[in-house]
Amino acid sequence: MSHAPAVDSSAPSELEQAVIRFAGDSGDGMQLAGGHFTDTSAAFGNDVATLPDFPAEIRAPAGTVAGVSGFQVQFASNDIHTAGDRVDALIAMNPAALKAHLADVEHGGLVVVNTSEFTKPNFKKAEIDPSQNPLDDPELSQNYKLIAVPISELNAEATKGLGLNPRDAGRCKNMFALGLAYWLFERPIDHTAERIENYFGVKKKRPDIAQANNRALRAGYDFGETAELFPLRRRVPPAKIAPGKYRKITGNEALAMGLIAAGQLSGRKVIYCSYPITPASDILHYLAPQKRFGVRTFQAEDEIAAVCAAIGAGFAGQLGVTGTSGPGLALKGEAIGLGVITELPLVVVNVQRGGPSTGLPTKTEQSDLLQAMYGRNGDCPTVVIAPKSPGDCFHAAIEACTIALQRRVPVLLLSDGYLANGSEPWRLVESKDLAPIEVDQLGPPDNGEVFEPYSRDDKGVRPWAVPGTPGRMHRVGGLEKQDGTGNVSYDPENHQRMTELRAEKVAKIADDLPPIEIEGPDSGDLLLLGWGGTYGSLRAASEAARADGLSVAHVHLRHLNPMPNDLGDVLKRFKQVLIPELNTGQLRMLIRSTYLVDAHGFNKVQGKPFHVSELRAKIGEMLKQGSAS
Amino acid sequence: MSKDTGLPVLKAKDYASDQTVRWCPGCGDYAILNHVHRVLATVQAQPENTVFVAGIGCSSRFPYYVDTYGLHSIHGRAPGFVTGIKLANPELDVWMVTGDGDGLSIGANHLVHMLRRNVDVNILLFNNRIYGLTKGQYSPTSETGKKTKSTPMGSLDFPLNPAAVALAAEASFVARTADKDRKIGEVLEQAAKHAGSSFVEIYQNCNIFNDGAFDDLTSKDGRDANVLYLEAGKPMTFGKDGRKGVRLVGGQPEVVDLDRDGVAEDDLLFHNPSDRARAALLAQFRRPGYEELPEPFGVLFQAERPTYDGLVEAQVQAAIDQRGPGNLDELLSSGDVYEVE
Repeated sequence: MSHAPAVDSSAPSELEQAVIRFAGDSGDGMQLAGGHFTDTSAAFGNDVATLPDFPAEIRAPAGTVAGVSGFQVQFASNDIHTAGDRVDALIAMNPAALKAHLADVEHGGLVVVNTSEFTKPNFKKAEIDPSQNPLDDPELSQNYKLIAVPISELNAEATKGLGLNPRDAGRCKNMFALGLAYWLFERPIDHTAERIENYFGVKKKRPDIAQANNRALRAGYDFGETAELFPLRRRVPPAKIAPGKYRKITGNEALAMGLIAAGQLSGRKVIYCSYPITPASDILHYLAPQKRFGVRTFQAEDEIAAVCAAIGAGFAGQLGVTGTSGPGLALKGEAIGLGVITELPLVVVNVQRGGPSTGLPTKTEQSDLLQAMYGRNGDCPTVVIAPKSPGDCFHAAIEACTIALQRRVPVLLLSDGYLANGSEPWRLVESKDLAPIEVDQLGPPDNGEVFEPYSRDDKGVRPWAVPGTPGRMHRVGGLEKQDGTGNVSYDPENHQRMTELRAEKVAKIADDLPPIEIEGPDSGDLLLLGWGGTYGSLRAASEAARADGLSVAHVHLRHLNPMPNDLGDVLKRFKQVLIPELNTGQLRMLIRSTYLVDAHGFNKVQGKPFHVSELRAKIGEMLKQGSAS
Repeated sequence: MSKDTGLPVLKAKDYASDQTVRWCPGCGDYAILNHVHRVLATVQAQPENTVFVAGIGCSSRFPYYVDTYGLHSIHGRAPGFVTGIKLANPELDVWMVTGDGDGLSIGANHLVHMLRRNVDVNILLFNNRIYGLTKGQYSPTSETGKKTKSTPMGSLDFPLNPAAVALAAEASFVARTADKDRKIGEVLEQAAKHAGSSFVEIYQNCNIFNDGAFDDLTSKDGRDANVLYLEAGKPMTFGKDGRKGVRLVGGQPEVVDLDRDGVAEDDLLFHNPSDRARAALLAQFRRPGYEELPEPFGVLFQAERPTYDGLVEAQVQAAIDQRGPGNLDELLSSGDVYEVE
């Protein structure tokens, strides 16, 4: 953090970046307030990164710590890669929210509390000693800049006279809090006001609700002015961002958009088959209204039916995709094996969450890597790739579809809860910048041509003839195939050969991968190796280490299977290798066994992304050890 | 379905693949395979537009023996593959072959959902009341008390009634026949011509593990005594000379002898395949509580209902009609766009 020293004047202190967190009951509209704050900050010209954090229960008991929903945004005048480690400003809508989040606030940071909700019954719900109002704790005002505001009461006042019932009026209090946050960080309210008008006033035809929300927003903003909170005001100037058109995008939105783009680029219908599961369902919600693009969505009766339908769609010549999260991937394993042995195109999106079993449905984790690699019966290698940021989900989805269609193989795309719900500014892509996806598909045979559905080209790929094509009728299935003809074969030598051919086909994909991109020096003391959604944290930590003069580079793997051909060489060029993962060491196990490298791990499974500071500390520790040995 | 393509007329043997059929000698599956080849010729199915999909089990080897496109999938999950195929290409004629284990045990969930959606597919459920491929365990349609390798003291499970399951799952076409029945061809042809999920339960003799299970329906004497051939608009008569009948008394069905009981044909039940409630009753004949009634063969129920795949296409078309085909650049620049200068 780079707080300028606070001076007691009305000029706001200027920061390079700031982190704000909105926290309240899950029904308090915190996700919405955070989303508006992000959009406004992005439009203002800041770089932004977000981290929503909500309970698995739709409405946990009101006022309890379990029911607290939070939304964190980092906004900056420089290039940022994460939603931030520590919070500079907390908006706590009730005692439970203060209790749950205060520990994350930087000393000296702003703490806005809604004092209207600091009542004895609410202390009880939050399991706080009712005789000890936390606001009376002297440490609170010593350690933080406390802004005590009776938000519920002021909101009721602001929305009076519009004929709204108290419940609807009460629901505007998130806008009051947002208005105050805008004032504190010198952001304009117009962007949000306009969207409220468009949504409630125009789309929902409830001008009264639009007016109430906008009055609350304005009242919150004006409160800062009237309460003379000027010394607490902060300013984060716009960032120097490459000119162009941008939008804010979440990983799930980008991934769904990538699937649609892949359908258009390959001239295939996207058949997205899914069973609702957190945190993947938003992909289904995004795709369902996109029928104009030839997208068909199928909400199946279960995870197994969903993957089977996607394989059926691939068999019939279209782009079959199934989406799920960890427990669903476990159910799909057998069918993915069928996709491997029948050598049909299939994309399996796994938005990972905390496991095992139901685990932490709304929290992020990277613990399905080994499941994606090996979670099937038999020797059953298939392609595994992972996006590294919300916006990158777009490109990763297109790549997954391309590989699946061109190589006739299931591709597992490992997103995670952090990427799925987190957002970042995304520079718009134009269709002319996207390469068409060429797919060889056989037409009717020439006279006398012998068709062998399990013959192979130089990439080890078998020909693709789909139902509807005259003269190429053939049968595929889960029984071992005879090399060439594809007829059922129990021949021992053939099974060995086919097992090898299937593995080679996947391995050969590495021949066409671009060289590894190394951020930092090409060789040196320490390589930070990561994959998937941790990219932002690892990048920030390695940049910080280099800024401190350390010889640290960062490689982030998109291709987990097959891994790039030059990875072994890159690993050898560094004295030490550190693999931070949000699991207990799954990539580390693969790297150690494949490359015989003494890679170290930094592992965390708390449902939260890495803090840059903890990674930076680990790098320091490793290099001290490295220089001592 | 047959299409007037001007192509050479295909015969039953043209639908046989070059693969050696590997069912046990004497298995009822052979007869069913031959009838299916014939029905494909009758409706002049275009091999390239026809797909056979199966799960796992003896019956599920079926796709290998038909010279069309085929997918031998995984246990119980054929309905998922069928649905995906029809979503991808609704023009294809899809047949699904399953068994009492594949379709009603491991895959029962998928079967009922495909039926309620009315995906356009012809489903052949071979019911031999035993697990054959795993060598002789009881199945979900095995009679209670059946002694098998896994139930040495007799099975405890109450059996499922496949036709009743299909009706409860809102199937739009429910029929029953048997491997050796003389009218199996007619039933298969009606199933092939029905738009939507056509569910055909086929009693099939497993001569290795459950031999003779359906002799009381497929032997000459058994058929004469016990099978009621359903014909739309006709009175329900059966027996060697068709002189036995079924009538309703006080809402309950009973068997009457036309020669002895003084009942006229007009007093009998007339088969109306569009009557779902009546079909549910027919599905109970010869089951507990209705042991005296004959076993209905033929089409128990048939109703016109839009197919799932047709409805999906219609929604896609409606979306395009309303707002035009999707434009990728429009999509890529959607959302809350702002400009950085």
